[in-house]
Amino acid sequence: MADAGELVATEQAPAPDLIDLKADIEQTGVAEVLDKLDRELIGLAPVKQRIREIAALLVVERARQTLGLATEPPTLHMSFTGNPGTGKTTVALRMADILHRLGYSRRGHLVSVTRDDLVGQYIGHTAPKTKEVIKKAMGGVLFIDEAYYLYRPENERDYGQESIEILLQVMENNRDDLVVILAGYADRMARFFESNPGFRSRITHHVDFPDYGDEELMAIADKMLEQQNFRFDDGARAAFAEYIPRRRAQPHFANARSIRNAIDRMRLRLAHRIFSAEPLVSRDDLMTLREADVRASRVYSGGLAGETAP
Amino acid sequence: MRVTQGTFSFLPDLTDEQITAQVQYCLDNAWAVGIEHTDDPHPRNTYWELWGMPMFDLKDAAGVVHELNECRKVHGGAYIRINAFDASHGWETVRLSFIANRPAREPGFRLTRTEGPGRNIVYTTQAYVTDKPEGERYG
Repeated sequence: MADAGELVATEQAPAPDLIDLKADIEQTGVAEVLDKLDRELIGLAPVKQRIREIAALLVVERARQTLGLATEPPTLHMSFTGNPGTGKTTVALRMADILHRLGYSRRGHLVSVTRDDLVGQYIGHTAPKTKEVIKKAMGGVLFIDEAYYLYRPENERDYGQESIEILLQVMENNRDDLVVILAGYADRMARFFESNPGFRSRITHHVDFPDYGDEELMAIADKMLEQQNFRFDDGARAAFAEYIPRRRAQPHFANARSIRNAIDRMRLRLAHRIFSAEPLVSRDDLMTLREADVRASRVYSGGLAGETAP
Repeated sequence: MRVTQGTFSFLPDLTDEQITAQVQYCLDNAWAVGIEHTDDPHPRNTYWELWGMPMFDLKDAAGVVHELNECRKVHGGAYIRINAFDASHGWETVRLSFIANRPAREPGFRLTRTEGPGRNIVYTTQAYVTDKPEGERYG
């Protein structure tokens, strides 16, 4: 009975002639998410551009559906490539939100996994493990970090291949239920796609995350400090501007993550400095990072290379 | 004879859409959902076979429905039920349990009357299908 009623209703409702895309964007709150993305994430211009394009595509696709021009639902699987600390996970979270608001993902949650969560230890262990993760991600986004570890060409008995096959099948058959985002370093991902053409052909959106510039990292540092109720004094700011290019030249530089770690260490030094000085502290003392806190980093004295002690 | 048990035993069989909605209700309450099957329809048969482990931490019913359909591929001719477990008390309690699949033909039960001492009558019900061994009972 309910089915019949719905059928009649859709037949009677006249398809609107005009659709206000602006209103649609406002109403779903996508504009808000995109603005938040712009405001809260520094730099990443090409990424923001791509996300806007994808959002536009989805809005237009929705409008086409309303006008009865419905085609196949768009394939939404994506690959995020870029160096560590360039914001891949953060953007994936926002992407899940956008997909949810536009109705392409029912729940809008993000399940973030790595090889360990998908691939088993012994024969017959991998398939249930992968399927369990997929079931958890259904209705949302499955984010596979460092996806190239799934494929280990040097070991032909590696169980990663089994996991890949299940993923490919789900990406094809359950497109309505699940969006898969693969993430990792650009060069390794390129090699991964070369050896797994199935993945390449099922992923429509390749988004490349560029490294941050020095000014952008400075802005990120300011933002992080602001969130934690700290600030640089002038000397510290100048010292930190010097710190960034030096840190970049050293091994294991991880963009925003390195900045966050540097800030954590500076907070440690600040705490130690205050603690060993007078017992009376002002609000200002507790907030301000001085030049000495920054300069104490071993990045200035030749850095990490060759050293093992912290 | 149509076997009924569980939460919606007085209703006609749920459609897939209705099953999906019920499962989503369970998941929204953070209950774990498990699938079980059996080909022994006796009402005292409480321990059904597990189809995989109960599913924890799911957000969307699509995962459960997918498993239900997998189970139907193998045990489509038997009974399949969906159980939802609530762990909020610190132990798993069944909150909801309903039949999601039944055999096309359900022959019903034989009533056996046995005369005991003092002409007491002892009644036994036995499903006709259980005359056959497990796995060969339906279809």
